[in-house]
Amino acid sequence: MDFNGSDTIPGPRTEDQLPHTAQAAVKIVIVGGFGVGKTTMVGSVSEIRPLTTEETMTQAGIGIDDNYGSDSKTATTVAMDFGRISITDKLVLYLFGTPGQERFWFLWNGLFEGALGAVVLVDTRRLEVSFDVMGRLEERGVPFVVAVNTFPDAPRYPVEELRTALDLSPDIPILDCDVRRRASSKDVLMTLTRFLHSLALSGALT
Amino acid sequence: MTPPRRKRRQQDLPPPPPPPGPAGGAKKSGSPERLFTIAGSVDGARAELDLVTLIVARSAPGPAASPEQAAVLRLCAAPLSVAELSAYLQLPFSAMTVLITELIAAELVQARAPIVRQALPDRSLLEAVMHGLQRL
Ligand SMILES: Nc1nc2c(ncn2[C@@H]2O[C@H](COP(=O)(O)OP(=O)(O)O)[C@@H](O)[C@H]2O)c(=O)[nH]1
Ligand SMILES: [Mg+2]
Repeated sequence: MDFNGSDTIPGPRTEDQLPHTAQAAVKIVIVGGFGVGKTTMVGSVSEIRPLTTEETMTQAGIGIDDNYGSDSKTATTVAMDFGRISITDKLVLYLFGTPGQERFWFLWNGLFEGALGAVVLVDTRRLEVSFDVMGRLEERGVPFVVAVNTFPDAPRYPVEELRTALDLSPDIPILDCDVRRRASSKDVLMTLTRFLHSLALSGALT
Repeated sequence: MTPPRRKRRQQDLPPPPPPPGPAGGAKKSGSPERLFTIAGSVDGARAELDLVTLIVARSAPGPAASPEQAAVLRLCAAPLSVAELSAYLQLPFSAMTVLITELIAAELVQARAPIVRQALPDRSLLEAVMHGLQRL
């Protein structure tokens, strides 16, 4: 980026600027396999045009021969889409759609740890691609709901059959959605927030 | 047709137990993803900046500001998250946090820390989020 021309650096449009009263932000992470609808969901509920942030991961393994090249040889760029929803004039919610390469999700420090919770988007044609991430969220104690993005040619399973297949406890919400529709994506986020609230009430949230 | 099946995992209890010996405990540290780290993430101070920490300029860029610093100061005349700054400036998150850390040290910007999930959850926060989403 040419910072000398920084007068021309694109910034938020006037209507995308947060008020000066904005004091703090919270975040929710949307996870799921490639093509399951994460970017679509971020875009359908975000008040700003979705943006992309990147991180550079470097291969720090011992024994990797670095004689021939620069760091960029072993560097990988991981990109994440995100959007924003103003909750009040003091509080802002950010939604992050995780990058495609699952093995990088949990290296991005604080992405999950600080999140209020996660939405696991699944496609019933490829249910198993979400198994590992659900396990990792469980290990980290990040609460999540499961949203089934209903593609027209995907198999439809009764919720209880899905719950058994995914080995989810009865309290974890599972719901159908169409992430292209704002109302449906909003419903998923409402379901997650209600679930987090119920955990808070029961004191089970750790 | 029946769906494929998964097995639930338990929450890891902190702190993780030390590996029992040279042969043991290799399951996680040996997995390939551990070979990757965020570029240049060694500085503890930077780690405190979250993707959603809000950054606000304290003043307009002065003549001493570098072009990069001036760009940040212009962008966060109104509060803006580190993620948004990284997106607009097309800088990787870790590079963005280095730049912001300098600006915080020089008292040119203020950082407003995010609210993170805690052991003692804040019900009124979740209620506010629910009400905010309802208005969407
Ligand atoms: N039919 C249908 N298509 C969808 C739906 N959600 C997403 N898509 C399409 O699936 C493709 C992949 O979605 P995307 O959001 O990019 O997935 P991501 O890789 O998880 O970010 C896009 O072409 C979307 O338009 C859905 O609910 N129904
Ligand atoms: Mg995507």
